[in-house]
Amino acid sequence: MKVVAADSANPTAEASGRRSLADRLRLRFASGDLGLIPVIIALVVIWIVFELVNSHFLTGRNISNLILQSVEIGLLGIGETFILLLGEIDLSIAAVSGVAAAILVLLSSAGLNPWLAIVASLAAGAVLGVFQGVWVTLVGVPAFIVTLAGSLGYQGFLLAMLGDAGTVPIENSTLLGLATTYVSGVYAWILALLGVLVYLWALMQRRAARLRFELDRVPDLGSIGARVIALAVVSALIVLALNTYRGIPVAGLVLIVLIVIFSFVTQSTRFGRHVYALGGHREAARRAGIRVKHVRIAVFTLAGVFGAAGGIMGASRLGSASPASGGGNLLLDSIAAAVIGGTSLFGGRGSVWNALAGALVIGSVENGMDLLSAPSSTKYLVEGGILLVAVTIDTLTRRRRAKAGR
Amino acid sequence: MADTVQTQSGQDRHGTPPLLSVRHLKKRFGAVQALRDVSLDVHRGEVVALVGDNGAGKSTTIKIISGVEFPDEGEIFFEGSRVTLSTPADSEALGIQTVYQDLALCDNLDIVSNLYLGRELYRTIIPGVIRVMNHAEMEKNAIPVLKRLGINLPPLNTSVASLSGGQRQTVAVARAVLWGSKLVILDEPTAALGVAQTRAVLDLVKRLAESGVGVLVISHNLSDVFEVADRIVVLRLGQTVANYVTSEVSGEKVVAAITGATEEEVVPR
Repeated sequence: MKVVAADSANPTAEASGRRSLADRLRLRFASGDLGLIPVIIALVVIWIVFELVNSHFLTGRNISNLILQSVEIGLLGIGETFILLLGEIDLSIAAVSGVAAAILVLLSSAGLNPWLAIVASLAAGAVLGVFQGVWVTLVGVPAFIVTLAGSLGYQGFLLAMLGDAGTVPIENSTLLGLATTYVSGVYAWILALLGVLVYLWALMQRRAARLRFELDRVPDLGSIGARVIALAVVSALIVLALNTYRGIPVAGLVLIVLIVIFSFVTQSTRFGRHVYALGGHREAARRAGIRVKHVRIAVFTLAGVFGAAGGIMGASRLGSASPASGGGNLLLDSIAAAVIGGTSLFGGRGSVWNALAGALVIGSVENGMDLLSAPSSTKYLVEGGILLVAVTIDTLTRRRRAKAGR
Repeated sequence: MADTVQTQSGQDRHGTPPLLSVRHLKKRFGAVQALRDVSLDVHRGEVVALVGDNGAGKSTTIKIISGVEFPDEGEIFFEGSRVTLSTPADSEALGIQTVYQDLALCDNLDIVSNLYLGRELYRTIIPGVIRVMNHAEMEKNAIPVLKRLGINLPPLNTSVASLSGGQRQTVAVARAVLWGSKLVILDEPTAALGVAQTRAVLDLVKRLAESGVGVLVISHNLSDVFEVADRIVVLRLGQTVANYVTSEVSGEKVVAAITGATEEEVVPR
């Protein structure tokens, strides 16, 4: 992994300034802070392997499918990432998504405005999240147990709600449209361009701030240019591929926009900083005057809302809610997405971007094995293996960090 | 008795009320009488060492001063007026900052973030709705404070996890100083440090006092104490038993006070 990581980042090396890239990578490796590099390498390897085995893998149609499949996992993964940043775990997030899906579908088939149904569904997720957050924070029961109990209970809700009907189909076109609408052709290109410009703007803002306060380590224009060009190239390839089918799936855009927003929340707001502080050293956070209980309850609430959002997208893609909604390996997929992406199970390290990368890895593996019509036995074995490897890497990294740290 | 000695020595030398004056603290935890009668003063620009054996009540004393524990009896005066410290926030509001032995730093955050933890600076984007942390301004404001104390740290975006023990201690102290504190309490600042790092931290403590801050240091290490402290307050079994001016006392005498040997001399058999 070490060697691969060092190689892969070479392209950005020339651009990034004084200290040689190899040195900086070695430093980052030693401090256990490789960010998204390993998971992106893993993703590329997975794609190449599947493409070699089955040439349908990297077609616009399949990539579009893959994105749609990954959206639900990605949304749950963002929620799980927040919980993991605290150093807690949420085992109920998939069950919450099932309940949210059922509420959405039942309200909509009762004739409620689809947008109100979505709001109600998200609110239900928030209520479940608050409940768990209060139980964990104020009563003091470990999150592991509260959310496990919650998970069972919510499956009960789900059965009670859908009991007689079994599978309830979505008839409302707005709700179905969430997963079947695409932005195509020129509009897709415009969106990609906007994304690149926003990224450029954000980097320039950061540079401007450092210049304004006369600080050292001003990001040089070369490295900003290299990053922006890299993003432009990747976006162009994706749009090119997707435009051969129907364009960019709106569900994927929703995921990206949410990730950008919550990446901002985690990196640039007080709430985000306090989430990291709690995950790093809760007692330090408390002594620094951070309102620990508020933050923890807020994070559990947020996870509930993301669970619900994932449930809504999942229901829209499948066109129905059923007693199986939120079941299967969705829970482990969402935890795996967060952890594979590089978010630590031990709290305080990670980012919501990791959830996207992890969701794409899980989505790609599932999608690729479906294409190969691999039996369920193989799929479970492979996914179990990936999760174990990801957590092992996290554990080893933590150990190395502890060694390098002091 | 210790009390009268202390008050006199304090006011004789300075002529102004002490920055912090603690009088006759008592604190009981269940069956344990942690503090029986603790009194001490700290003046501006002075380093006071609080020494004593394990269980003498040092930690309880600083917890009371930093607002973590509330005394059963006793009075605390800060800058001449009586104060009630029921929460850590009360103490901080007065300008009392405590650097605990476990340092209370977030390893996963960088130096600037730790310096400003809980007191982040903001830029308002939309009033009342969006406030964005101002990373650059935080870093900018930290630099002169660090410079004034002669603190040398790696780039301020370095993760605290990758710092040495001495550097971590420095960050913790700098954090206390950054907030314009008047009194800094240090709990075993050199306990886990090597020789060179101890040296650096002790120098920092001296410069802190020179800049006009009152410093209260808990330490087990008497050579450190003799190196930095202006006065030494000895606790034994929850009581203030001695209050020495460092330049006028020997190590043996302090040890005797800590272990209770002096008391036994005094008490007739």
